[in-house]
Amino acid sequence: MSAFLESILDPYYIQVLTLLGVYIIAALGLNLITGVTGMFSFGHAAYFAVGAYGAAILTVKYQFPFYGALLAGGIMAALAAVIIGFPALRLTGDYLGIVTLGFGEIIRVVFLNLDITGGALGLAGIAKESSIVLVYTLVLVTIYVMYALQNSRFGRALVAIREDDIAAEAMGINISAYKIKAFAIGCFFAGVAGALYAHLLLFLNPTDFGFAKSFEFLCFVVLGGLGSIPGVILGTSVLTLAPEFLRSLSDYRMLIYGALMVLMMIFRPNGLLGGVDLQRLVFKNKYKSQAGRSTAAGG
Amino acid sequence: MFEQQIINGLTLGAVYALIALGYTMVYGIIQLINFAHGEIYMIGAFVGVMMVTILGQGFFVSIIAAMMVCMILGVLLERVAYRPLRKSTRLAALISAIGASIFLQNAMMLWKGPQPVGFPQVINDAIYHIGSVEVTKVQLIILATSAVLMAILNYIVKYVKIGKAMRAASQDYDTASLMGININRVISFTFAIGSALAAAGGVLVGIYFNTVEPLMGVMAGLKAFCAAVLGGIGSIPGAVLGGIFLGVAETIGIAAGFSTYKDAIAFSLLIIVLLFKPTGLLGKPIQRKV
Repeated sequence: MSAFLESILDPYYIQVLTLLGVYIIAALGLNLITGVTGMFSFGHAAYFAVGAYGAAILTVKYQFPFYGALLAGGIMAALAAVIIGFPALRLTGDYLGIVTLGFGEIIRVVFLNLDITGGALGLAGIAKESSIVLVYTLVLVTIYVMYALQNSRFGRALVAIREDDIAAEAMGINISAYKIKAFAIGCFFAGVAGALYAHLLLFLNPTDFGFAKSFEFLCFVVLGGLGSIPGVILGTSVLTLAPEFLRSLSDYRMLIYGALMVLMMIFRPNGLLGGVDLQRLVFKNKYKSQAGRSTAAGG
Repeated sequence: MFEQQIINGLTLGAVYALIALGYTMVYGIIQLINFAHGEIYMIGAFVGVMMVTILGQGFFVSIIAAMMVCMILGVLLERVAYRPLRKSTRLAALISAIGASIFLQNAMMLWKGPQPVGFPQVINDAIYHIGSVEVTKVQLIILATSAVLMAILNYIVKYVKIGKAMRAASQDYDTASLMGININRVISFTFAIGSALAAAGGVLVGIYFNTVEPLMGVMAGLKAFCAAVLGGIGSIPGAVLGGIFLGVAETIGIAAGFSTYKDAIAFSLLIIVLLFKPTGLLGKPIQRKV
């Protein structure tokens, strides 16, 4: 399958599309934290970095098998999230955002100074393992897990916390436990995405995981539509592919990218698919006929 | 040695405080983290360089010109990028701010190139000795300018009508507008003052480090924002305290041999303070009603 795709597509496009898949996984993780549970996280790139470095160090320095490292990357990111989450998740709103941003920057600076990560020189010599097929298989798995989570008791509790945490607590939801679990699961996916990223780009440098990257993830989620899985996928696709399409404008690329972000927010403040219920759009007729039947039965 | 670090830290902290004031005033009124504020500071520094190199002006004229230009820019920024989003979610306004920040950075990079530009010497490098402490003339000017600007700000906020309106709006936005305060004017004015202070900070940093570059606003903006939160966001004395605290701590940290961890010092301090005092040093506790 991979070989077939590589024979018909330009390697450059394969690289961009694979990277898009990696970002979708990470963005869906952030969506669970910010979109579903309503916790601001401005440090998502740090967990992405923990996964990337964790997995890459395991495969490069300890000859770990790739799939084991992939899982380990996710688990390390989730562990980092739990360690950071315990003190930080007592804060709410902008303050939580700022603290996660701070933790993100600290993790970046630590990676810059450690020996095992290669410091400012970066970590090279990673084997290419993330094929487009593997990445998109994992994208599908992530989408499935996210849907299953959101439509479970757990997911409904998270939405309750987002809507009103005091009311949720009064209803018997253990807010802190749920918040930490959601944070850890979201960061787990960031870690897996990071591991894939490391084995796709084959070179890691701490400067790639600064807060600019965290805000990029946040933009993917907010621009697509907070809490909406199709929205997040669309937002990630638009923002990842836009710089590629704007490449012909060369120097003006990032200028237009910034302006686009402002304009998109002004015209669609809830995101591209925010407030659009896709399920209802697709199953409109079904709902209608059911509604019709029930009124008929009632009458 | 220690006293020397305190003086160096105070100088850096005064600049952080000038930038932090803009963050804190804007946040106090519209609860928006104005991420493009660091870029305003950067543009202020560039205007200062241009005034000196192209028009051959001195320090005083340059800093005033930079403040004027950034005042207009700040008001424009609010009109274009924030006002249409005032009723939307906070994340939407935040993304718009990040977009504006990317736009301004790249606009400056296209215009001036990504390389650092030297800031010509406008103040002679005289050194004064006070006891065992060495103070350069540049440091004295930075401290004096910051002090004067903060005193003017204090006067405006406390005694001038529009300053009182600002305080009213930051206490209760809706009630203030019911009392006949033109909220749009107050917000524009807040952005104007905040941007002017950031521009002054930019010129002062340019003079201090002799160089300006298009990405200088990113880290400085972030740290100044940390300073604002550290002091209690929304509180004007808090921003000054936070800025000075951060500047001194960072300088001492570097002197103690943690220079490779320089950028982590500010964030570590911020996290420690927020864990013990969740609304910052001088912030009012948030009261929530069910």
